[in-house]
Amino acid sequence: MTNYNFSSKFKHANILSLILFLISIFFIVFKGLNYGIDFKGGTLIELRSKNTEASLIRDILKNMDLGDVNVKKFGKEGDFLIKVEQKDDNNKLIPEIKKKLSDNLNSDINFRRVENVGPKVSAELLQSGIIAISLSLAAMLFYIWVRFEWQFSIGSIIALFHDVIITLGIFSLLSLEINLSIIAAVLTIVGYSMNDTVVIYDRIRENLGKFHKLNISDIANLSINETLARTIITSITTLLALFSIFILGGEILRGFSFAMILGVLIGTYSSIFVASPILKYFKVSYKTMEKEEEKIVP
Amino acid sequence: MLNFSKINVLIIYLIFLFIAFFSFLNFQDENDKLIEKKINLGLDLQGGSYLLLEINSDSLVQEKIQSKVIPLKKLLKDNNINYTNFKINEEKLTLSLDNIEKFNILFNSRKDNLINPYIDNYRSYELEYKKIKDNQIEIFFSKFGLLTINNSALKQSIEIVRRRIDDVGTKEPTILQRGEKRILVELPGLKDPERIKALLGKTAQLNFRLVSDNNEFGTDELISENGEKLNVSKRIIMSGENLIDAQPSIQNQNNEPTVSFTLDRLGAQKFGRTTTDNVGKRLAIVLDGEIVSAPNINEPITSGNGMISGNFTFQEATDLALLLRSGALPTPLIVVEERTVGPDLGEDSIKSGVTSLIVGFILVILFMFYKYKIFGLIANTALIANLLMLIGILTILEATLTLPGIAGIILTVGMAVDANVLIFERIKEELKTEKSAIHAFDSGYTRAKITVLDANITTLIAAIILFVFGSGPVKGFAITLGIGIITTLFTAYFLARHLTSIVVLNTKNKEIKI
Repeated sequence: MTNYNFSSKFKHANILSLILFLISIFFIVFKGLNYGIDFKGGTLIELRSKNTEASLIRDILKNMDLGDVNVKKFGKEGDFLIKVEQKDDNNKLIPEIKKKLSDNLNSDINFRRVENVGPKVSAELLQSGIIAISLSLAAMLFYIWVRFEWQFSIGSIIALFHDVIITLGIFSLLSLEINLSIIAAVLTIVGYSMNDTVVIYDRIRENLGKFHKLNISDIANLSINETLARTIITSITTLLALFSIFILGGEILRGFSFAMILGVLIGTYSSIFVASPILKYFKVSYKTMEKEEEKIVP
Repeated sequence: MLNFSKINVLIIYLIFLFIAFFSFLNFQDENDKLIEKKINLGLDLQGGSYLLLEINSDSLVQEKIQSKVIPLKKLLKDNNINYTNFKINEEKLTLSLDNIEKFNILFNSRKDNLINPYIDNYRSYELEYKKIKDNQIEIFFSKFGLLTINNSALKQSIEIVRRRIDDVGTKEPTILQRGEKRILVELPGLKDPERIKALLGKTAQLNFRLVSDNNEFGTDELISENGEKLNVSKRIIMSGENLIDAQPSIQNQNNEPTVSFTLDRLGAQKFGRTTTDNVGKRLAIVLDGEIVSAPNINEPITSGNGMISGNFTFQEATDLALLLRSGALPTPLIVVEERTVGPDLGEDSIKSGVTSLIVGFILVILFMFYKYKIFGLIANTALIANLLMLIGILTILEATLTLPGIAGIILTVGMAVDANVLIFERIKEELKTEKSAIHAFDSGYTRAKITVLDANITTLIAAIILFVFGSGPVKGFAITLGIGIITTLFTAYFLARHLTSIVVLNTKNKEIKI
């Protein structure tokens, strides 16, 4: 078993977390999130065409009056991603763009992927994404409240908010796209971070019963050390899998795996440095636990 | 925790073998199948088109409310209720009445109410009215009236969409109702959905109307196929409903593609009468408000067979014939969401997905072996068993595997070892205080059990919520993640524990290191 003194660093870690959290909120509010077409509506075309430049495609589409057009290289040489902002449902737009490109580009074009999300559907997708994340946080809160005491439940939920907000803050800072798969990643992060926190909380609860004389900071410190090997090994195996997706899984999964990698790192940090120290502020001890139990079983 | 009765061991391995067996069904010979079960590939992996269509019932609602005007006026007249200011305002009728009480009784009578029928299913009337001024009222469709209109339009649209898609001949299309106004269409393997989109985008309301010489009342000014302005009578002689067949054909004289059609008995009668009475005049063939062609009536056509020509290419003639055969859509359909993946991108996705799965799997296995040696081998055996069971369950459920679904499997590989890591680390701790290795292993398993359950249930909650709220490919991720958790618990707590017990019980009296 390791014997690091985590509790001495709790204060600094908490200040760091608070600063990161506030900076992230600042970015999300003022810089905003870069929503993809899933949530903003619009058209996305991935095409493969040799001997073509992004600027050439841009020029061809320029005089089509499409509003905001974004063309960039995507993965391999000759692969491009075109994103067109589009405000209403116009079923003729995609064939028009395809025809225009086929007529004006000299080389063969292979349209590899076409996605079009109308304004109504994108608003619904955004709404159900927000509901899903909120609901998962609420479900976690409830589960921990049932399995542990309310102090643990608050602690874990603060840690989850911390993870989700900072992950989204980094996405905002780097202008990375938020699409449906990022929502899936955020939900998985919620699950993973909770998983990590629960393991430490389980040990804290066990140790609270065993060592009545130790205060909560020492108990937290002891419990974190006892479970540290597991925390690290599991993070490593999960990261091994995630890096494998990130590097080899192709362009479509890159955003998803990047979000997950961030989430696993932040989630591991938060179970040690956010979720556990918070119990100190609630003055958790074996006595508060006994009180809680009395309340449930009168 | 280390004692297994023979019957328990038997059950555990039978369950494992039974489920794992299904995973191999995915690799059987196409022609010589043992059991017809396999994992389906999502559209993002096999290529194809996903379309979400929405009906726009505004015009239909307007049409329906207009059809109420004449019976309503008759009802008022028959019952001596005087009305003024009768107006049709898009989806509403406004009028002033001198006796609203009497109108109310008639309007809301349950028996033989032709104006405002009572819908038993919803316990509601089709129409509602509200007072806007003293004696002025507004009549409009109730919530359930609108629902009924939408419902029947949607049912009818689905039927016609199905006919049109079947006629084009794509393999295994999926056509489903989604909510009150939408139709989901999945077309696997379709490379270019533009033709189908164009076919579904046309309502294909076909009318035959006479061309009039002057722009008198009751005519529409329409542009003909050669750019001529024509005054076309509003009176519809015959509509597409009377068509029983339509086929593309080549006219022998000048090799022009045309559409020949056959009319039913009623249609043939109407058509025969009109063409007899109007020889020398022009007949406009109007499709969705546009003139396809407006030929001269040279002689009476009484056979019930006719031909439409209009500078078509053969493809256009084929498509028009298909549209006419399938019938008209009650309302226009709009594509509100489309996702199309070309087959080569799908193949690339499978390749990169499988490569990253294999690499991730090997990395995790090597790491576990390095970390835990013999017990690492046990954890790895459990991991392989886990993967087989996960694929087996996906096969039993005939689930759809998507690219995010493959990511879910890889993630399961990374996270599945957690259960064994938790247990092994706990045993390590127990070994420090406990002298007997068997006791240490036993209490390690017992004590870690709650933690393993708690830790996995949280991820399972996330997966379930994702399954409920996610759409398309993301749902595939939720499925593999969720099933992965269940197979993880099974393999860690039954298979790995049994293997551990064999190792521990066979090294009695010797020191065991983890």
